Amino acid sequence: MLKTFHKGGVHPPENKLSADKKIETLALPKLVNIPVSQHLGVPAKLIVNKNDYVKVGQLIAEQGGFVSANIHSPVSGKVIKIDNVPDTAGYKRLAVTIQVEGDEWDASIDRSFDIKKDFNSSSEEIIKKIQEAGIVGLGGATFPSHVKLMPPKDSKPEVLIINGVECEPYLTSDHRLMLEKGIEMLVGTKLLMSALKVEKAFVGIENNKPDAIKHLTELSKDFKGIEVVPLKVQYPQGGEKQLIKAVTGREVPSGGLPIAVGTVVHNVGTAYAVYEAVQKNKPLFERVVTITGKSLKNPGNYLVRFGTPVKDLIDAAGGLPEDTGKIISGGPMMGKALNTTDVPITKGTSGILILPDDESKRREVKPCIRCAKCVTVCPMGLEPFLLMTLSEKGLYERSEKEDVMDCIECGSCSYTCPSDRPLLDYIRLGKNRVGALRRARSMK
Amino acid sequence: MNEVIIATIITISSVGIIAAVILYWASQKFKVFEDPRIDEVEEVLPSANCGGCGYPGCRPFAEACVKADELDNLYCPVGGNETMANVAKVLGKTAAEKDKMVAVIRCNGAPQFRKKTTTFDGALNCTIQSNLYSGESDCPYGCLGLGECVDACAFDAMYMDPETELPVVIEDKCTACGACVAACPKDIIELRPVGKNSRRIFVSCINQDKGGTAKKACAVACTGCTLCFKECKYDAITIENFLAYIDPVKCVLCRKCVVVCPTDTIWEVNLPVRKAKPVIENKSNNIKNSEVDIVAMAKENSADETKANENKTE
Repeated sequence: MLKTFHKGGVHPPENKLSADKKIETLALPKLVNIPVSQHLGVPAKLIVNKNDYVKVGQLIAEQGGFVSANIHSPVSGKVIKIDNVPDTAGYKRLAVTIQVEGDEWDASIDRSFDIKKDFNSSSEEIIKKIQEAGIVGLGGATFPSHVKLMPPKDSKPEVLIINGVECEPYLTSDHRLMLEKGIEMLVGTKLLMSALKVEKAFVGIENNKPDAIKHLTELSKDFKGIEVVPLKVQYPQGGEKQLIKAVTGREVPSGGLPIAVGTVVHNVGTAYAVYEAVQKNKPLFERVVTITGKSLKNPGNYLVRFGTPVKDLIDAAGGLPEDTGKIISGGPMMGKALNTTDVPITKGTSGILILPDDESKRREVKPCIRCAKCVTVCPMGLEPFLLMTLSEKGLYERSEKEDVMDCIECGSCSYTCPSDRPLLDYIRLGKNRVGALRRARSMK
Repeated sequence: MNEVIIATIITISSVGIIAAVILYWASQKFKVFEDPRIDEVEEVLPSANCGGCGYPGCRPFAEACVKADELDNLYCPVGGNETMANVAKVLGKTAAEKDKMVAVIRCNGAPQFRKKTTTFDGALNCTIQSNLYSGESDCPYGCLGLGECVDACAFDAMYMDPETELPVVIEDKCTACGACVAACPKDIIELRPVGKNSRRIFVSCINQDKGGTAKKACAVACTGCTLCFKECKYDAITIENFLAYIDPVKCVLCRKCVVVCPTDTIWEVNLPVRKAKPVIENKSNNIKNSEVDIVAMAKENSADETKANENKTE
């Protein structure tokens, strides 16, 4: 029997259209827009001025606090504008616009293709490197990675879990990375293990990627302490808490962090970025992005520099299909629809999904029939129908008691609802208001 | 038979007497003293329980009034100065007087001015939409038009205009309780003093983008062109982040800014229509109609200027 988590979960059609497409490098754009806030936490502080010349990999904004990340230039060229540009949600955020001139890399970056397996850096050195390289969680949540590697003193990490689940339908960037950069990724895992001073690491991969499981199982024989764990296909297994439950059987307490049960979770993309940062001295300025969609000509996986407009990526995949209804940044379950295709690819963009018109429209909202399907599928054991009602009626104290803050926003409830009720929308509203209540309380 | 009846009467009466004694004792023992003035104050309050004063309802507000040494920080916006004077009379304290306020909508981006570039088909709630993205138009500051403010209004003082897709405040009913201000996730609604003879002038826009960007998104956006700022002789207008703001205290309602505004973003409410023969507007609350007249007038007056200004702003 394959391992999985046991509370709730759904299994949407996988639609992994680009699973057998090799990672290609996207051509450099003419202009890049680099927002100073590409991560969770405090925005980075700009250290370049207008008309400055920057090289690839040069620091352009340094972290603005502990929970923040450095930002490096993904291209070489001239800074032509420092202004507010629309982000993925359409709100104006501070960004640096660089006009691309050539492709001149910072001299300290090792651009060779040799795989460097050996290292003798100490834990502090590795963490410092990761922090300097501006690495954040590349699964999509963009939480600065160095923060996760510095757990509070009273807790001791025991196990590292590498998240290769990629449970979102359509997305294949992590899958391709595991197949093509397997050794690098495992070296990155080793680096993370010595940063955390743990002896054991698990790589969790869902069973719908048998080639990746086979490949990594073979490679991991050379790496002591790393074990590949095949998992039963179930959404949202890529959620941190669900993955910990599936791999180790431990349950993170309500409101707690994974470190409370001695675990730390990192994405495969993050592990690969750690390898590049420590072994090759290359900061995080590009990532693998899946471009996919049923009516798209050439779905694929591309290595994209941050700041590249989404438009360029779509053009590389054969242009925007005529029947496009929605362009989604991320997967179909948790991704967000984009306003325009001018927005830049950032650290958190794991994929761009183009949904045809007939699939993207929401259906008419009908009354709740009390079938309790949402309760059955909720992986956090919440009661989505109740939380929605409480939000509609504005009873936020009550929704706090019903643990609305534990919701991981996986969307399983909205997906499964036979009455097409916007459950997650209202739960998000509840989370927003309860968060405001808590902040107000802590201010007092 | 008689014996049974008598026994019953005696038993029940004695149970009644014992219960009465216990209840009397309990009522004396556990008596809670409540200031009778709280009831008196509550009586003079409007009993709307709207929360505009910052307390959960009228009774908690009455309790706060009785407890407080001075009434300076306590104010019932619904009842206004009259109610506060009554409260002060009951308590023998003095109440602070405040200007009567009214809610104004600082967005005039009707669909003909503000083109829709995307459509939203999620839950029809302003907060949910604003959490997901900036809105259906290119202006990330403007009204989303889903009417959360209207739902929040406990006095039926607001409605959504189907034509402009913007909320409208019915001035006579608005009590300035602030529920709509708190409800709006975009902070579009502002409480402003009603002004002399209910006349006031305000900038109906909160777009803080640069002029060109703002105008591209919405034809009636404030572009921060500073024409009104230069025109105002009373220092009432300040411009910050490409957005003009009119100080209601300093404004003398001279209306010069309304004429020079190239995008018709400055609104005048209840002011007489500008014509050769000034006709004083009826005390109607149909702001929109009067607005159209004024806007048309302003356009005529400054057609040439407008062109020049547009060139400048672009």
